[in-house]
Amino acid sequence: MAAVQDGQLNLEVEKDIKTEITNDGSGNINANSSSPGSTSSGGKSKSPAGSGEDQQTLLAVLQFLKRNKLTESVDILRREAGLSADADDSPVSESAGAGSGGVPSVGADGGDANSLLSRVSIATPVAPPATAPPKVVAASGGEDQPDVNVVLSAYSQQGDPVLYPLYYNGLKKFIESVLDCHRAELSQVFYPLFVHMYLELVYNNHENEAKQFFEKFSGDQECYYEEDLRILSSMSKKEHMKGNETMLDFRTSKFVLRISRDSYQLLKRHLQERQNNQIWNIIQEHLYIDIFDGMPRSKSQIDAMSGSLAGEGKRDANKAKVFYGLLKEPEIEVPLDDEDEEAENEEGKPKKKKPKKDSMGSKSKKQDPNAPQQTRIPLPELKDSDKLDKIMNMKEATKKIRLGPDNLPSICFYSFLNAYQGLTAVDFTDDSSLIAGGFADSTVRVWSVTPKKLRRVKSAADLSNIDKESDDVLERIMDEKTASESKILYGHSGPVYGISFSPDRNYLLSSSEDGTVRLWSLQTFTCLVGYKGHNYPVWDTQFSPYGYYFISGGHDRVARLWATDHYQPLRMFAGHLADITCTLFHPNSNYVATGSADRTIRLWDVLTGNCVRILTGHKGPIHSLAFSPNGKFMASGATDGRVLLWDVGHGLMVGELKGHTDTIYALKFSRDGEILASGSMDNTVKLWDTLKAFDDVELDDFTAATGHIHLPENSQELLLGTYMTKSTPVIHLHFTRRNLLLAAGAYNP
Amino acid sequence: ISNHEVFIYAILPTMAEERRPKQCTVVLPTESMKAMAESIGVGQLQEESCAALSEEVSYRIKEIAQDALKFMHHGKRRKLTTSDIDHALKLKNVEPLYGFQSQEFIPFRFASGGGRELHFYEEKEVDLSDIINTPLPRVPLDVSLKAHWLSIEGVQPAIPENPPPAPKEQQKAESTEPLKVVKPGQEEEGSIQKGQGAISAEAKGKKEGLMRMKPRSTHELSVEQQLYYKEITEACVGSCEAKRAEALQSIATDPGLYQMLPRFSTFISEGVRVNVVQNNLALLIYLMRMVKALMDNPTLYLEKYLHELIPAVVTCIVSKQLCLRPDVDNHWALRDFAARLMAQSCKTFSTTTNNIQSRITKTFTKSWLDEKTQWTTRYGCIAGLSELGPDVIKTLILPRLTVEGARIKAVSEGPVVSNIDKIGADHVQSLLLKHCASVIAKTRPLPDNMEQYRADYGYLGPTLCSHVVKARAQAALQAQQVNRTTLTITQPRPTLTVSQSGIGGSGGSRSPSIIKVPSSLTLMSTRPGTPTQPSPPATKYIVMATSAGASSTQQVLDGSLVITLSSSSGSSVTSTVASATSTLQPLVKLESRGAGGLGGSRPLQKYIVVSLPTSASSSLESKSGMLPPSSSSTSPISLEAGMKMDHTGYVPNGTLLPI
Repeated sequence: MAAVQDGQLNLEVEKDIKTEITNDGSGNINANSSSPGSTSSGGKSKSPAGSGEDQQTLLAVLQFLKRNKLTESVDILRREAGLSADADDSPVSESAGAGSGGVPSVGADGGDANSLLSRVSIATPVAPPATAPPKVVAASGGEDQPDVNVVLSAYSQQGDPVLYPLYYNGLKKFIESVLDCHRAELSQVFYPLFVHMYLELVYNNHENEAKQFFEKFSGDQECYYEEDLRILSSMSKKEHMKGNETMLDFRTSKFVLRISRDSYQLLKRHLQERQNNQIWNIIQEHLYIDIFDGMPRSKSQIDAMSGSLAGEGKRDANKAKVFYGLLKEPEIEVPLDDEDEEAENEEGKPKKKKPKKDSMGSKSKKQDPNAPQQTRIPLPELKDSDKLDKIMNMKEATKKIRLGPDNLPSICFYSFLNAYQGLTAVDFTDDSSLIAGGFADSTVRVWSVTPKKLRRVKSAADLSNIDKESDDVLERIMDEKTASESKILYGHSGPVYGISFSPDRNYLLSSSEDGTVRLWSLQTFTCLVGYKGHNYPVWDTQFSPYGYYFISGGHDRVARLWATDHYQPLRMFAGHLADITCTLFHPNSNYVATGSADRTIRLWDVLTGNCVRILTGHKGPIHSLAFSPNGKFMASGATDGRVLLWDVGHGLMVGELKGHTDTIYALKFSRDGEILASGSMDNTVKLWDTLKAFDDVELDDFTAATGHIHLPENSQELLLGTYMTKSTPVIHLHFTRRNLLLAAGAYNP
Repeated sequence: ISNHEVFIYAILPTMAEERRPKQCTVVLPTESMKAMAESIGVGQLQEESCAALSEEVSYRIKEIAQDALKFMHHGKRRKLTTSDIDHALKLKNVEPLYGFQSQEFIPFRFASGGGRELHFYEEKEVDLSDIINTPLPRVPLDVSLKAHWLSIEGVQPAIPENPPPAPKEQQKAESTEPLKVVKPGQEEEGSIQKGQGAISAEAKGKKEGLMRMKPRSTHELSVEQQLYYKEITEACVGSCEAKRAEALQSIATDPGLYQMLPRFSTFISEGVRVNVVQNNLALLIYLMRMVKALMDNPTLYLEKYLHELIPAVVTCIVSKQLCLRPDVDNHWALRDFAARLMAQSCKTFSTTTNNIQSRITKTFTKSWLDEKTQWTTRYGCIAGLSELGPDVIKTLILPRLTVEGARIKAVSEGPVVSNIDKIGADHVQSLLLKHCASVIAKTRPLPDNMEQYRADYGYLGPTLCSHVVKARAQAALQAQQVNRTTLTITQPRPTLTVSQSGIGGSGGSRSPSIIKVPSSLTLMSTRPGTPTQPSPPATKYIVMATSAGASSTQQVLDGSLVITLSSSSGSSVTSTVASATSTLQPLVKLESRGAGGLGGSRPLQKYIVVSLPTSASSSLESKSGMLPPSSSSTSPISLEAGMKMDHTGYVPNGTLLPI
């Protein structure tokens, strides 16, 4: 908290610096900055951006949003635009803060727009923080993508292409020469600068220079950017930039860097001395530098957090309060329990009471301060069958094995044979009685892994003949003739990438390449609803732990929250810069986590639709997420083979588990949260000691406030076991209620 | 249309391989643009247009490839398929390519010439009537679910569903780089007992103290492993053929044996040492079968134990005497078998550092060249050499045919020497003929002139010539893959009428291959008067037949050698002592002392008829020259006779293993 206040206090200083710079250098954009020292043009050569131009930018943004069907954002933006007169009242970001300075410079105008827009982007971060370009480029008429052109237009300003390498080299030399403690921090600038300089060259048709520039400096970039560099390298013409999504990401979102004040001033002083306007412009327009006070971060600290498509998350993006506590369990057990108990055994009773108290009893007495209000979002009423299930759950929980480093779980592996590489998704029911698989041939198959076979409900005609008053009516409605161990569900027209059982085992969700999410009944084994809206492949879907709601996310970068009885989504969570690859509900159902190919994880508030956490640190697309049972922690796995652990409440990375050598497709915490199991494409299941991992983290106020955590290098100590399969990638993991670990994958001879 | 796809595939490997600096330069050649333009009827395409087009196309293809990779990742695969590309195209609102489905990778042909390189997809002309007439392929099996224990309370059980506890690479690493500390993570692996976990922890502690010591490897076997070892070794050398077959099967397939490997290796080498001295042919055969089984096990890293195994095998090839009665016992079969084993190990284990093959070749050649070498050893050397492949035959054996022929002539036509020498010379002759004929048939230009052969190869020339002619004829015939076979007959009554090959086929469920009854056997069965006709009800016969090729004009049986071994089930190992009761000259019957009424209660009769190649049939198939590695199915080593398993009293594969 202290740091935030510091930030506010230091605003004044910040202002001064900004004005200085605008006076000194950034004014002469097109002025030939080739000869350092010779430029001496007055500071205010930038034409003051009139309100008309502001308007134009806004319109462009609106247009962009509309095109992407982000109606919510449009509304918010409209509302905000109406208030734009007093937009200055709350300086949201430090760069915006500069705007409140008295100097009527471009910086101030840009700041206005910035503050306005960044408020939008806080509400719905998809809004591109398109800084008002000082000169609006005359977009070539008749373009079918005017909005994109506006977005790109910022690149219209250009220097001498020959000098780009010189500038870059100069900066490189400077950064290499600064003190060690600053070097790591300042090195962060390289990558975004490199990208934008390259794009600028490409945009201005300096194809050869761009190529040379790329060849010369691409080797310097951190290895985890390789993927993006590859995409970048394929882009060598201005025409390519249109419609390239990655390209738009670079442009529409500012690359966020966190730099300590000292390092930042060092950089600024250098750029001023050298009159290096080209670089300064890029830093100002395309980078968001989040300045903090205190010690500069070390290389390892920076490496831990960087790697996402758009830099790190802003510090204030993770400040919102997250109610990570669990909801109170409804007290339904006691009366029903007794009936059951009397019939069965006597000694089971006292036993059962105890663990209840351990797990949630104390919480159910008084409200957990970190838990959301019980009615924060409306949850479905419990049905009798749900209550019965809960009782079953309690009973099983009493038999649960206490896991720990000395007491590792047994793993039962379900191999899909003869799947011919077609298995794309797996899910278990919570009680582990059913297993479902999604296949590349568009089918969904459900197996019963208990002796109880799958049966279909009788047809309507037959049902009318049933005596509805009889005791075993539930038995009678089932058609014995259809009993089988597995059922196939046909309906999709593309590979099924996501699959999820409803908690009550009555429904099954599947999401597919065909852009739909389908809801299947497990009573009739037919499709009930096809939820359309994504239009592009839907990579993942998941039911809320309380049923009724579900989340889906896919190639269109928007996660949608649905209710089973609405054919349109209730919420759309937009903000990711690339495909949403995995989705997960928080155990209390109030939040939703999404992992994306932009290498960030976002946590969304179901109630407000806001993004409340942006977690960066992965170096590859994220393919698996897991919440700890107490809702406090989260684990994520990516193609880089690392598992990262997060503290949801503080929005901090608290651990890094290295060991896998390929994409991690499955993560699961044990029922008590002591053990994390991870399954990977490298054919292994690994078990990690999470209790120790969370204990080892020292959280003082400072680290909590700044988010600069020292990650202990203890992956090897935390690794409890590695279990190789025989050529079977592990794509799903599940802990039964008794803490037996189930794993699944397709045998791949 | 499929052109596009071809290009996408053609460009993918380049993209993957290219290092970063070159990334922006990967562009399709302009010639491709021209070629494609021409293919759709645009004749004259400007050079600049081509360049612009190729750049654009390359960019789009890369874009599509990137999207396709997404689908691959979400499909949880490592291999990009055509459907991924179809989906990526769909994403871009491009009509996907229909009818170009391929599960596997697309076999591109590569051609270059005139400085141009070309990847192309070969489209063969297909005769529709062929497709229509071929029977439908079997319906692929449906997806099914199978559960197994990957781990039980943190310990991975050694069951076939799990990978071998110590993968071959690790075994190799342990033996070649003993200083390398056990990889963390692997130390937890199930097979390794708690004790070793402690040791590796200890090793870790040492490492911290900058002390690197060779980690102590555990040679302690758990009680279950000891039991297993005892059971297996007893079965391998015991008298019950069914048990032996199961034991060998277990050795050949069980993934968790590596800890017992040193014991097995010592068991074999010691066993050979003792039994060669005692001339115990049967036991030597059993031991060699164990070697074979060990070599067949894909999870074992045998390199470490070759120093024990190879001398044992070589002993069985070249030893002067392997049996009590060299004139009647078929030690030749053992020599052949061991020679094949040797060849197989040369093929799998020979490297530039250990030079096994050249060392072995030298050993064989040296003793062959020695004038005083006995016929038995001589036979072994030649067998050992000729199994090493046609090249070895060509360079080492063919040039010596004349000399060898003279030596054989001296024995067979000269003054009567000992019977043993005569038999030996006969065997050497047939062996030479068998191996050389096939090689000559392949290498020598066609006119097969008797005289010419005599001039080239001396005494053996004419016979060789006829063999070569036969070999050529058979090669031309491409006759069915007949040859040395294994036949297992399980039937209630011990009669040797030989339509049993069918029964054997169905009965010998685990038998690697039951192909065809060789002619020699058929002949044999027509003679019920031979000792092969069993008189007591509960006996087992191992009938091994081979024929001396020299007497090819004779009835095959005359040259064949039959060992009949009857023993009681469950009798102890060492009781097998050979005693021969032969009526027909080359027939041998080995009878175990322990043969009593014990086995009388068992109605089941088993015949393992092991036939070694007759000269006639072998000349056909020996053109393969060397054993195909690990092809137990076609391997002529029929000693590994398939048996119908009776599971009584034997715990199946692996369950004995405690780990």
